[in-house]
Amino acid sequence: MNAATPVRRKLKVATTSLAGCFGCHMSFLDIDERILDLVELVEFDRSPITDIKHCSPDCDIGVIEGGVCNAENVHVLHEFRKNCKILIAMGACAINGGLPAQRNSLDIRDILAAVYAQPGRGVHVPNDPEIPLLLNEVHPLHEVVKIDYFLPGCPPSGDAIWTFLTDLLAGRTPTLGHGLIHYD
Amino acid sequence: MPNASSNGATAGDRAVIEAVLVRHGGDAVRLMQILREVQEELGWLSPATLTAIADGTGLPRARVEGVAGFYHFFHTEPLGRYRVLWSDNITDRMLGSSDLMARMCKKLWLKPGQVSEDQLVSVDTTSCTGMCDQGPALLVNYRPVTRMTAERVDQIVDLIRRKIPLDDWPAEFFAVEDNIRRRDALLDGGLAPGDALRALRSPQETLDAIKASGLRGRGGAGFSTGQKWEFCRNAVGSGANPAHYVVCNADEGEPGTFKDRVLLSSCADLVFEGMTVAGYVVGARKGLVYLRGEYRYLLEPLNAALERRRAANLLGKSILGRIGFDFDIEIHMGAGAYVCGEETALLESLEGKRGVPRKRPPFPVTNGFLGQPTAVNNVETLASAALIAVRGAAWYKAIGTAKSSGTKLLSVSGDCARPGIYEYPYGVKVEQVLADCGARDTQACQIAGASGLCVAPAEFKRRIAFEDIPTGGSFMIFDNSRDMFAVARNFAHFFVDESCGFCTPCRVGTTLLKNAMDKINDGHGGEYDINDIWRIIRTLKTASHCGLGQTAGNCVADTLQKFRPSYELRLNVHDFEPAFDLDKALSKMREVTGRDDPGAHFHIAHRKSKSGIGTKAGDPA
Amino acid sequence: MSNGQDGKSFFLDDEEIPFEDGQTIIQAALSAGKYIPHLCYHPEFKPHGSCKLCTVRIDSRTITTEDGQTVKIPGRAAASCTTPAQDGQHVESETPELLDLRRTLVQMLLVEGNHYCPSCEKSGKCMLQGLGYDLGVMSPHFPQYFSKREVDASHPDILLDFNRCILCELCVRASAEVDKKNVFSLSGRGNTKHLICNSESGLLGDTNIAATDKAANVCPVGVILHKRHGFEVPYGQRRFDRAPISDNPVQYAPVKEQV
Repeated sequence: MNAATPVRRKLKVATTSLAGCFGCHMSFLDIDERILDLVELVEFDRSPITDIKHCSPDCDIGVIEGGVCNAENVHVLHEFRKNCKILIAMGACAINGGLPAQRNSLDIRDILAAVYAQPGRGVHVPNDPEIPLLLNEVHPLHEVVKIDYFLPGCPPSGDAIWTFLTDLLAGRTPTLGHGLIHYD
Repeated sequence: MPNASSNGATAGDRAVIEAVLVRHGGDAVRLMQILREVQEELGWLSPATLTAIADGTGLPRARVEGVAGFYHFFHTEPLGRYRVLWSDNITDRMLGSSDLMARMCKKLWLKPGQVSEDQLVSVDTTSCTGMCDQGPALLVNYRPVTRMTAERVDQIVDLIRRKIPLDDWPAEFFAVEDNIRRRDALLDGGLAPGDALRALRSPQETLDAIKASGLRGRGGAGFSTGQKWEFCRNAVGSGANPAHYVVCNADEGEPGTFKDRVLLSSCADLVFEGMTVAGYVVGARKGLVYLRGEYRYLLEPLNAALERRRAANLLGKSILGRIGFDFDIEIHMGAGAYVCGEETALLESLEGKRGVPRKRPPFPVTNGFLGQPTAVNNVETLASAALIAVRGAAWYKAIGTAKSSGTKLLSVSGDCARPGIYEYPYGVKVEQVLADCGARDTQACQIAGASGLCVAPAEFKRRIAFEDIPTGGSFMIFDNSRDMFAVARNFAHFFVDESCGFCTPCRVGTTLLKNAMDKINDGHGGEYDINDIWRIIRTLKTASHCGLGQTAGNCVADTLQKFRPSYELRLNVHDFEPAFDLDKALSKMREVTGRDDPGAHFHIAHRKSKSGIGTKAGDPA
Repeated sequence: MSNGQDGKSFFLDDEEIPFEDGQTIIQAALSAGKYIPHLCYHPEFKPHGSCKLCTVRIDSRTITTEDGQTVKIPGRAAASCTTPAQDGQHVESETPELLDLRRTLVQMLLVEGNHYCPSCEKSGKCMLQGLGYDLGVMSPHFPQYFSKREVDASHPDILLDFNRCILCELCVRASAEVDKKNVFSLSGRGNTKHLICNSESGLLGDTNIAATDKAANVCPVGVILHKRHGFEVPYGQRRFDRAPISDNPVQYAPVKEQV
């Protein structure tokens, strides 16, 4: 061991799911017992795993699943971009909008009119201020903030996530070889 | 408007279509002319019309629809009895075309591209119509109207409302001036019809003279005309109908150029004579002029000129009594496609196909029109060749520079006192042209059109010549009041409209480049976007199929280097911002929910261009 | 592997590739077992040259300047599918510049269409997807067009999903050249260019295409699909699950008779 190399501090990782299905997070758990190795290297900040509600200002890595479909997604994404040094778009929805973005071929007003039409009572779209408004279109993350790395897959496999993260934590540019890079 | 029902063309429509098909012998090669002539009669190309034309030519219906769908001037939807298309070159914008078009739309209660409910009129933009020295210009049913003013807009709106036929509109609306400001060897040539043909010696001797003259292609690429003719002459025709052809490229579409229009208006005999000389040298019996759709108004005068030449035995059988010297010329109309200026796309279009550039090799000199050896030359090249046939190679070679002999016609437009046609011997300095046309406080010249070179003041001592600044003739001038970012953005939009879409890099790259320029224009751009722009330009240049895509990023690249502050003043300090306005992205939900509470907004100030520039005339809206 | 007549050969990334007269660079390379990425090239059809994925550089030179610096002058870029092989030429393919170019081209296609792999029947055997994997394309990078395109389910056996069209014209060529039916053509131009069907209604169901036609079986992406045959191969066992697209390049070598 090179004495000049300082002992690595644990890196702070935050994760969240925007317009996603939490499938990527589930797949993340597929790294199985390797999660024990991972917690030696990282400390989880805001994440469904910890139930911490907001990012610490000094997060190192943010991992985001899902695209951006409503106002709240935008606020959360901005919080992550502001507080994380490296931001990763994880999964198909984060990368190109995925299934939620298939609504983009329709006008959101027409969709709501169809969904909230009640026979004989017209259309009543819920307008409680607590409910975040939908965006006109669903966007991939990189159309809203700058994204540093992309981890494709629907979901990416546990092995792909493990390889990606261990590369990143070691300071290497992540590369996924055959079998690990998937768009589905 | 004739109505075409979905279950077939009306009897009246069918009679029109049949007459056009008979006139063209149902020849699929003549599809472009058939579509144009049918459309001129019926107003548009309905699904039933396309089916009837397919049946009459023996082409698959989808092929006919594909051709009709390729060209801007064919429409497969009704676009009104009056279709108004404003020329959208930057020079038109600098003369106020945007405001005038907005005025016209407002008075007609129309949005651009929309057809009025009574199917009377539509108003839209089109690429440069070649009237830059007398703009703002427009086309109404493909006839040019020049020197538009607010008063003229109001008059035209009134004429349209009253459904006055175009033939009864004031003739001065359609007046197109030559504006020849400087004449030299070609425009002062003093040749009478037939002079060049009477001077002809043997084909070989004529070819030798063209080669010795050093004449090079005037379209911009600068290939040796003599060599091209020699390759074509030596190539052997093939198949059942072996032949050689001469094609005159009059698809003058490069924004800012109009010198071929002037040559065809005022020196048509010289051009036809050059074609005949070329036919004599390469052994062709037929010449074709590919005339851009924007110059449709020249078709009748040019056909009349051809008739005069036939009557004088300057065309037809045994020209001037020489047994075996048979040559005739036919004019094919284009239909609004800049890419057809590329010679192989032009040949495809001549054959009645979509104007998509061919793979090369083989080259047109061996496999051109209908696969036969074909010499494709620019209008000005052919006129020059006629001159050389009379005056000789040595006389011509003495004009210009060592590597660029002869003269060049420049189409000068933009910020100057005297826009128009200037003929100079090759080697003229940019600053000389600027002085002669009365340009003041010039900050840039765009030479050779949208695909050309953007020249800054430090380079004004450079010369117009193949060895320095080659050009097809477009010379657009921008003074200090102009915003060069807006100029580059206008050209980025032009290439989106004109990409043929064949290859990935050009089809997608031109749109991505336009989007990036729009993003910067809207105040959302950062260094991230500048990096993307360079990446797109590299891809266009390296991988595009033809010159259109390869040069589509030139103006953005030039202005990014030479006029960088015009970009930087629009950039955000942030590296990245969305291309769209986040708060506007909630607009539809605010509409349907009626909410306007703080949670229904992003409180992010929409950043306007910090410089305040970009509001002058000439700035794309 | 084909043996070049008269011992003619060129160099591809410094490896000698024999070729026969009339072969293009990509044809010779694939026959010799060297992969060059491609989408619109197909072993049974004449080269098309539109996707530009197979772009290579030819005859780059290294010169020494007066002050002793060595400078590389890049050779001309060309589509290797339409460029005839020439004796002794030096062709570069796997350079960082060209790999980056190809990634950019794949990204351009990904944003132009609507490519949602998880819900696409072609996933796992889609050539665009396979190329993306092989080139390491991790994202579409550019803003999505989110273009509005149609689905045509009018034919009893074939479904058309235009969202995924990459405009390679393989179906156009197959229908014209092999099936002699001209079922497909292109209309529009530039960014409005699109595939059309040979019927006045515009519907595939009103054409004479059959599921057994070459045109119905040549689409490299998920546009032309056979009804009732989706998702037949389980995840993990599909073509590009098993081997990368660049595996065994000879499978893409031109069919001998048609060279």
